[in-house]
Amino acid sequence: MSEHISSQKHDGTTEDQIMVRVQNLKKHFPITKGVIWSKQVGAVKAVNNVSFDIMKGETLGVVGESGCGKSTTGRAILSLLKPTSGKVFLEDIEITALKDEELRHLRPRMQMIFQDSYDSLNPRHSVAKIIAEPMVVNKTGSPREIRDRVMELLELVGLNPNHAVRYPHEFSGGQRQRINIAKALALNPEFIVCDEPISALDVSIQAQIVNLFQDLQEQLGLTYLFIAHDLSMVQHISHRVAVMYLGQIMELTSCKNLSDNPLHPYTQSLMSAVPIPDPKQELNRTRIILEGEVPSPTNLPRGCVFHNRCPIAQDICTDQVPEYREVIPNHFLACHLADDKGGSSIAA
Amino acid sequence: MTKILSVKNLVIKFYTFDGVVHALNNVSFDLEEGETLAIVGESGSGKSVSMLSLLHLLPMPPAKIENGEAYFYGNEEEPVDLLKLNRSGISKIRGGKIGFIFQDALSALNPVMTIGRQISESIIEHLGLSHAKAKEKTIELLKRVGIPGARQRYDNFPHQFSGGMRQRVMIAVSMACTPKIVIADEPTTALDVTVQAQIVDLTKELQKEFNIAVVWITHDLGVVAGMADRVLVMYAGSPVEIANAQDLYSNPQHPYTIGLMNALPNVKGDGDSRLASIDGIPPDLMDEPRHCQFAWRCPHAFDRCWEEIPQQVSVGENHVVSCFFDVENGRPKENV
Repeated sequence: MSEHISSQKHDGTTEDQIMVRVQNLKKHFPITKGVIWSKQVGAVKAVNNVSFDIMKGETLGVVGESGCGKSTTGRAILSLLKPTSGKVFLEDIEITALKDEELRHLRPRMQMIFQDSYDSLNPRHSVAKIIAEPMVVNKTGSPREIRDRVMELLELVGLNPNHAVRYPHEFSGGQRQRINIAKALALNPEFIVCDEPISALDVSIQAQIVNLFQDLQEQLGLTYLFIAHDLSMVQHISHRVAVMYLGQIMELTSCKNLSDNPLHPYTQSLMSAVPIPDPKQELNRTRIILEGEVPSPTNLPRGCVFHNRCPIAQDICTDQVPEYREVIPNHFLACHLADDKGGSSIAA
Repeated sequence: MTKILSVKNLVIKFYTFDGVVHALNNVSFDLEEGETLAIVGESGSGKSVSMLSLLHLLPMPPAKIENGEAYFYGNEEEPVDLLKLNRSGISKIRGGKIGFIFQDALSALNPVMTIGRQISESIIEHLGLSHAKAKEKTIELLKRVGIPGARQRYDNFPHQFSGGMRQRVMIAVSMACTPKIVIADEPTTALDVTVQAQIVDLTKELQKEFNIAVVWITHDLGVVAGMADRVLVMYAGSPVEIANAQDLYSNPQHPYTIGLMNALPNVKGDGDSRLASIDGIPPDLMDEPRHCQFAWRCPHAFDRCWEEIPQQVSVGENHVVSCFFDVENGRPKENV
């Protein structure tokens, strides 16, 4: 599976443009029983064999329902959680093979922004101290240089530099998220994992933050992994989108392909469940409503993980795990029946 | 259509140690039998407070109803003002004639009581059925809301259900006594989109079956488009626009509503265009409103917006807007 993807990229000229490469990433959380002689009795398979590339300057969106492993994927890529197996590369450096000390030197190049803007800011530190902290830890300059940089960052994310002396509780949710973005940008990272950065914000504020993300990407050439469950927002900000279900990628393709020609039955039902803010369109639309709920990741279904909710499942789906492959150029898919559903477009 | 609920000039303030929070300023609306009214607004806009206050579910103090009346026409006798009822009076209506679905089903359900008993409790209380009959009715209800193995699940506790299933149980609780009105406070916000679609569909079905008026409180303009007949848009404790759903989406008249619509991404979008955001942040509710609450962020604000509070003005059939500016013609309204 990974050989297929990597070989395809290895002989291409795109090699130097890949920012992050993820190969067969797995993250299993052990379930143990007993206190003194504890032994492992099972595992929560949060992320199961995920492979993809993120190009330089690209935004890759990751969508999926809660518990599908999208946040775990983000954290495992940054080695905030140690992956169970699999490899992650940042350009040509294998992150997963680094020792702690080496990893620490690499950290400034990759950052993370969390959903809860309040919990990720120290309530006892002023905004200036919060934003300066990564620079102080990494000794990037003299105190005066760092202070100038803090002011510059505040302006960059659209906050008043005079507010640097204030504390997190004095800001609204949207402003706090701007502080988080400034903090993440402090060390001039190249790659940022954004874990549901706008989910907790009101609609009118969401638009402000999304625009800020896009402006920063244009100005600084950032690469984003943008995790969210709001499909319409993800499609707006991303260049390509990966749809995850039960720890696996079901489909990965460009936004345009995803809305015009979704091939996976799960993607199709997900797209049809997303409400459209227009009563006329809503009236005439047929919804594919999935039966039941997501199975437990401790006890994955045999074969295709989606087969027990899939409206078109066949015998092969319960027996064999579908291969994650590039069915048409730049359109990755894990489904046995894609040919039947997608029609002539998958003929190649 | 007959009116089932009529709220007039509702004003609610919270008296806190830090000062007075002006949570609701002069909210009026009507609810017709069997219709779906969506209340849309950002956090803190007063959409939940307006509904909680009707059923005496707000902690008082700090909350205080300063003004207003809310006539409920669902009783056999003459209409009653919900806000003036005493404790036993409201208990007869709450859970019986008016049901409530909360956002967080896990904390709304009693964790140490089986879900069967939680549903049959209100049936016994409001409809006066015997325990055995209430149990049968409960099991039927559980089947109706799509819980597999209803008879076995009767004796389960809330934690044994998944999020979507718990919300189904909440719906069963709220609809157990065939109410006239069901108030749904962000019932799908905590759910995934595929489950959200299931819950919205179920609510619509039951609403049609029992002819229930539904008040759907949400911040998601997408969900509203799919299910609401009429929409009330709130901003900072004031109603800014009330209109039929079709009208509101095709022809929004208040600058705030227009801003909200433009801030939504297009599902078919290619990611190149920018979202039109509304600059600034919502006002501090601690300040007493003396002028239009949206003036700070409004692209059309002029002198008058900073001097008076706009009143609700009808701009079409079933279309009421609180704004001094005529967006269509791009100039201040005359004779307002």
